[in-house]
Amino acid sequence: MSTVHLSTRQPGALALFWSRARRNKGTAIGLVLVLVMVASAILAPWIAPHDPLEQDIIARLEPPSDTYLLGTDPYGRDILSRILWGGRVSLFVSTSAVLIAMVVGSAIGILAGYIGGKFDRVTMACMDVLLSFPSLIMGLLVVAMLGPSIVNLILAIGLTAVAPFARIARAPTLVIKEREFVEAGRAMGFSHGRIMGIHILPNVASEVMVMASLWLATAIRTEASLSFIGLGVRPPTPTWGSMIREGFENILDAPWLSIFPSIAILIVMLGLNLLGDGLRDATDPRLRHE
Amino acid sequence: MIGFILKRLLVALPTLLAVLTIVFLFVRVAPGDPAMVILGDSASQEALEALRQQLGLNKPLWAQYVDFMLMVLSGDLGKSMLTSRPILQEVAEVLPYTVELTVASLTIGVVVGVPLGIVSAKQRNGWFDYFARVISLVGLSFPAFVSAVLMLLIFAIELRWFPVISSAALDDPEARLRALALPAFNLGLIMLAYVTRVTRSSMLGVMSEDYIRTARAKGVPGRMVVWRHALRNALIPVVTVVGLYLGVLIGNSVLTEIVFNRPGLGKLIVGALNQRDYTMLQGLMVIYAFIIVLCNLLTDMTYGLIDPRVKRQ
Repeated sequence: MSTVHLSTRQPGALALFWSRARRNKGTAIGLVLVLVMVASAILAPWIAPHDPLEQDIIARLEPPSDTYLLGTDPYGRDILSRILWGGRVSLFVSTSAVLIAMVVGSAIGILAGYIGGKFDRVTMACMDVLLSFPSLIMGLLVVAMLGPSIVNLILAIGLTAVAPFARIARAPTLVIKEREFVEAGRAMGFSHGRIMGIHILPNVASEVMVMASLWLATAIRTEASLSFIGLGVRPPTPTWGSMIREGFENILDAPWLSIFPSIAILIVMLGLNLLGDGLRDATDPRLRHE
Repeated sequence: MIGFILKRLLVALPTLLAVLTIVFLFVRVAPGDPAMVILGDSASQEALEALRQQLGLNKPLWAQYVDFMLMVLSGDLGKSMLTSRPILQEVAEVLPYTVELTVASLTIGVVVGVPLGIVSAKQRNGWFDYFARVISLVGLSFPAFVSAVLMLLIFAIELRWFPVISSAALDDPEARLRALALPAFNLGLIMLAYVTRVTRSSMLGVMSEDYIRTARAKGVPGRMVVWRHALRNALIPVVTVVGLYLGVLIGNSVLTEIVFNRPGLGKLIVGALNQRDYTMLQGLMVIYAFIIVLCNLLTDMTYGLIDPRVKRQ
């Protein structure tokens, strides 16, 4: 009996996305920007011209030059190298946070939708309350209580994104659990776990993935904001938020200190937003036939 | 309308209770000993014990929960551990600044964003539409503190149009307005981006409805169709978004207040974080909980104003 396979996949959002991305200039630009950022973050150890932590007391607060392409900070550290390494931290923290939120949130959403009844109502009411908290305030609270470390930062940012994932996973589950193939699975004696994991999850996955791409931008923003406030990864590890903070403190003498990491964040956010819009348009049935 | 408001208030109470419970759980159940966090690793056992006693951390969790709820109900949030002044008093002193900033940026966002979205939808794929979409994309992409730092750099330091530090001379109305301008514009840009976007897509949706075609067919002038027939229906999702992003606005006001050195809840919260002012943090979270529930309530009521169907439910 276990060899029976029920084909439950609908035409993938990804395929639609590719066909649209080739036509839509914005999505293509977004994709390129995001890929450049990911590549530079991964390749930071090889392409960074200097050690991001190496201090050069003689070259403090130097404006951009041939040796230091984007100048140096108050400790004489190379800004370009710190931006490249900082991207690694931002990307790692936000991707991990979104992955955790995606797994936990989808599990909650599918369970709530599948079980239904009182469990569904109570769970979703909790999610609504969680959702009503501004993510920055919640992140602030959690990191303040747990103490700033990479793991706590990931947990805090992840927690702020659980509720939206639960919501987005629950809605299609409600529809799918009534479909014939789920009923067939039940009739054949499949366990609830198997039905949820093998038959419902793949149908929910595409919407969850789109949500993930949109939340990645939010996660990066929250991470940078927390670092800016001083609740991010501890110095001397470079992060974009803490670099802008340092630049802000020296804004009158060395404006480039805050300008360059700001541009880095801006490029990433633009890229992710353009890409997220493209993904969303590809999955929005109202826009498919435009 | 009064019955509707009362009903909404009744619904808001359990939400408030739930939010307060979450605050309590966050503060108490978080791993790590608050007494240790406040006093540091090197504190003596006696000092830790005394502080736990003082904060009521020795009691069982349910007793702490009852204490907490009673405290909130009685309207007394305790004293700041740092300044030993009542927390409510400290909050009341700075709250007007945060409210002023939030309301000003909300106004900028709605007053500029809604017309921008409407025109953008009317001239779909024209040059104005592209312009409005680029503006809203930029607004969505800037983290609040990044745009704040850049604005400070350009308009306050380079061009000297506005004061660098916003808190000076707050008794003078003109100076106060000048001090408010940059922070409000900074936050307003974020709101504007969301509002423009939603108004545009909502208008596009409504304009293809049957009743719009009917209105056009019976000869209603184009301007009337847009402003009377379409807009009122298109505004419903806009209100949802404004309500939803009021939270984002409150979060981002923290960052804006820090950059522009404005008094407000944001500076209070960061000060409390840096000084490990545990009671102040808890009090501020309660205040935020109230603000969030209040925002949701206001959003619900606006629905009632715009959409007669909501009231009848």
